[in-house]
Amino acid sequence: MAAESRCVWLYAVTDDVAVPAADELTGVGAGVVRPLRAAGLAAIVGDVERREFGEAALRRNLEDLGWLERTARAHHAVIEAVGTRGPAVPMRLATVYNSDAGVLTMLRDRAPDFRAALSRLAACCEWGVKAYAAPAGPPEDPEGPAGRPGTAYLRQRRAQLTSRTNARQEATAGAQVVHAELSGLSVSARLYPPQAPGLSGQAAPMVLNAAYLVAKERAGEFAAAVDGLTRRHRSMRLGLTGPWPAYSFVGGPDADGAQR
Amino acid sequence: MTELSPAIGDQRIALVDLLDRVLAGGVVIAGEVTLSIAEVDLVTVSLRALVTSVSALAENQDDR
Repeated sequence: MAAESRCVWLYAVTDDVAVPAADELTGVGAGVVRPLRAAGLAAIVGDVERREFGEAALRRNLEDLGWLERTARAHHAVIEAVGTRGPAVPMRLATVYNSDAGVLTMLRDRAPDFRAALSRLAACCEWGVKAYAAPAGPPEDPEGPAGRPGTAYLRQRRAQLTSRTNARQEATAGAQVVHAELSGLSVSARLYPPQAPGLSGQAAPMVLNAAYLVAKERAGEFAAAVDGLTRRHRSMRLGLTGPWPAYSFVGGPDADGAQR
Repeated sequence: MTELSPAIGDQRIALVDLLDRVLAGGVVIAGEVTLSIAEVDLVTVSLRALVTSVSALAENQDDR
């Protein structure tokens, strides 16, 4: 039971075989990571300071990018470590309880859901695929640079915009083909909103931001399909990330595996 | 060309990809402490920080 000054951060739920050793990991807020066992399952938790992770503090801290990054990476690192030992159901960031007792009650209440999720995820990994519209080539200027400067500029600018629009439309259509093909190789798929150019770190617009739950034995086939799609669709650049813990396939109804 | 970024134990994971997953993915349970935070849109609250931090950069780049 955590003391009053502390609360309990929840990382993941596993079967109780996948539990990491007690002192093996440092978690969110530099807290020791430990298992809480009930109903044949283990909740992987860590103690965190209430003054940093209590409700009011969390609301404030979640808007601090440095804090958010440290916390997200620490949360992810623990889930990854658990996931290397066996299937794990990851929790959304900032799932915090007052005490161990609250976690144990939740674990018992939802045990059938967790067991179902663990068996569904056991042989799968999540892969991320993002597609960007490839940069449009330089616009053609049929009159050459000899025309009047103002007119030439306007014509060139219009051609540039048209070419960008066409490139983006072509890439968007390509993204649908990519998503359909990759969905066909996956147990389940989930679309995220495209990341804004500033956030993605890419100037080119993102036209696909998707996650796929893929059977482990089909991982090679999946990667090869991404390569093949990259070669066939010059209007896009594709990026593959992973394998990820199955964050995208344990949440709401749009991610429950019944989607396809 | 396909860019492969291993996610395991790797600091090269883009923060924005990680936030997509840890904020919009994962099992959503209203923890006792975070009961009311779960009701607001966690993604919106948190991504505000990210958006603010890159907006200057985006303004410079984005002439679309």
